[in-house]
Amino acid sequence: MSTVDSTVEPAGEPTGRAMLEVDHVTLRFGGVAALDDVSFEIREGEILGLIGPNGAGKTTCFNVMTGVYKPTRGEVRFRGQPLTRMKRFQITRLGIARTFQNIRLFKTMTALDNVMVGGDTNSSVGLLNALFRTPRQRREEAETHRRAVELLDFVGIGRRAEELAANLSYGDQRRLEIARAMATNPKLLCLDEPAAGFNPAEKQRLMELIRKVRDQGFTVLLIEHDMRLVMGVTDRIVVLEFGRKIAEGPPAQIRDDPAVIAAYLGVDEDDAS
Amino acid sequence: MRRPGLPAIPMPDAMRGKPAKIVGLAVLVVFLYALPLLDLPILTTPDSDFAGVLYTMATYVLVALGLNIVIGYAGLLDLGYVGFYAIGAYVTAVLGVQHGHWPYLLTIPAAVAVTMLSGVILGAPTLRVRGDYLAIVTLGFGEIIRLSAKNSDWLGGARGIQNVPKPPSIHLFDVPHLKWENGTVLVDVTNKTQAFVFGFVDYVPYYWMALTVVFIVLIADVLIKSSRVGRAWEATREDEDVAEVMGVPTFRYKLLAFAMGAFVGGLSGAISAAGANFIYPDSYQITVSVIFVAAVVIGGQGNRWGVMLGAALVVYLPERFRGLEEYRILMFGIALMLLATFRPQGLLPPRVTRRAKALERDLEELETGDEAQEVRS
Repeated sequence: MSTVDSTVEPAGEPTGRAMLEVDHVTLRFGGVAALDDVSFEIREGEILGLIGPNGAGKTTCFNVMTGVYKPTRGEVRFRGQPLTRMKRFQITRLGIARTFQNIRLFKTMTALDNVMVGGDTNSSVGLLNALFRTPRQRREEAETHRRAVELLDFVGIGRRAEELAANLSYGDQRRLEIARAMATNPKLLCLDEPAAGFNPAEKQRLMELIRKVRDQGFTVLLIEHDMRLVMGVTDRIVVLEFGRKIAEGPPAQIRDDPAVIAAYLGVDEDDAS
Repeated sequence: MRRPGLPAIPMPDAMRGKPAKIVGLAVLVVFLYALPLLDLPILTTPDSDFAGVLYTMATYVLVALGLNIVIGYAGLLDLGYVGFYAIGAYVTAVLGVQHGHWPYLLTIPAAVAVTMLSGVILGAPTLRVRGDYLAIVTLGFGEIIRLSAKNSDWLGGARGIQNVPKPPSIHLFDVPHLKWENGTVLVDVTNKTQAFVFGFVDYVPYYWMALTVVFIVLIADVLIKSSRVGRAWEATREDEDVAEVMGVPTFRYKLLAFAMGAFVGGLSGAISAAGANFIYPDSYQITVSVIFVAAVVIGGQGNRWGVMLGAALVVYLPERFRGLEEYRILMFGIALMLLATFRPQGLLPPRVTRRAKALERDLEELETGDEAQEVRS
């Protein structure tokens, strides 16, 4: 299987530098605080897991990071730059890409075209170039195409390139989501429950893929329900419950954290501690 | 199918390929140019001048190509497209006769520029609303244009503008028409078209002009659709939020679609004004917009060949059955209802061939490639 373009920044060990900082973010919908004073950071080169019981605010947190919601208080910074006033497509162009928990592909387009839409962030030629098929336009188009094919191959669905996204199997659609997000050439790749609906064997393969993605030099944020998957693949974990951060640390520490166990098993916190 | 690497000739993808396809295409093009001269039985409209009908068909095909960019590619329901068509025609008439004496060919770029500008002015505030709301706003736009023209003496008021300029005539040669009598074909020496004289009686040169413009716009359409612009439009239509998250500035692309659509709409308006001789506001009623949208929907929105066919039919069918007098509209309505029932996706829905191909490949893979695939993943 081919590797992804070498123009991507070289893979590195986690440098410890903060790439994305969630700084005292509160998000209210009316009287309900979906996120309550949440702070954490994602460091370059790591795989950070974001976990929590249903309704803990994982996806909401995700949506704040990618600009879908604007925080009521606090801010999110990407490499020191606040994202609060940015449009969604600008955030993506800055280097944050995401997949969707409920698969949202461009159904009437082929797998290849789906990924090429993601590759749009790397193109700069406009309408007139397209109209006259200038050398620059053809070079960019060929490059976008080449990279899309590479990415499809990378996630393991290269053979399905010309199929309509809607006709792909469930698992392949999830993989296509990842390839499409990677095509935007992100620094940070956010995966929202990429293993939802997978059987154990598929989950195993997905874990390998996520590690491979990280080894290509991407920083990964992983929202996941499945504890085994999260424990197996992440470097650090942030745990949310009822919109608040209740724990943060490496998997081994999180596994034994009484507050986390309480949150997952539903034990009263006072009893657990 | 796209291929990696730089193709040697900058040719639209659809045209690349087998020589047989190119020859077939060339024959079709020649046939279309010759159509008004052939006087083919059955096909030719018995009760109205066939060249005139073809000319109208060509301008509608042009309209459909433009509206297809807006509705089919970008997914924006525009019910006021006639507004652009009217602006194109009026700019030509105003500059050419009402308030100036510009030659026809110079009025076209002006018409197109003004229409495009009006598209941007309409689109910039309204493209922030979606779906049905956009449809209502554009519907209003179409009516505003018509009523403004009707109530403005500067624009000729309800009487409209007469003596719209015509393209320059260059008489190069005569082309005889054919005549069919009792199953034999004769060359009709008494009925000749003067090429290229744009007069009041013979509509063949107008048809040729409109057809040529159709081909130019068609090639541009192919080139734009198969570029990143086309992909961005399609993604925006499919899921605007996701497209935005994938880094596509959707608003900019929607505005571009609107401007391109307006461009072609204005162009077809200017082309239609040349043959019309005089234009008046009430020929740009809402119903015309509805016919435009019908053409696109009947043909199969998103498929350029489909919408062209749709546009040709919505003009041709009522003219073909003109002999039925007022019943012809009834017949047309029935035809539309049958179409909606039996082909809800339009006559030629998009990607029909690709889907068929994908299915074929699937079956092939089921038979051979299954194990290989498993090992790979």
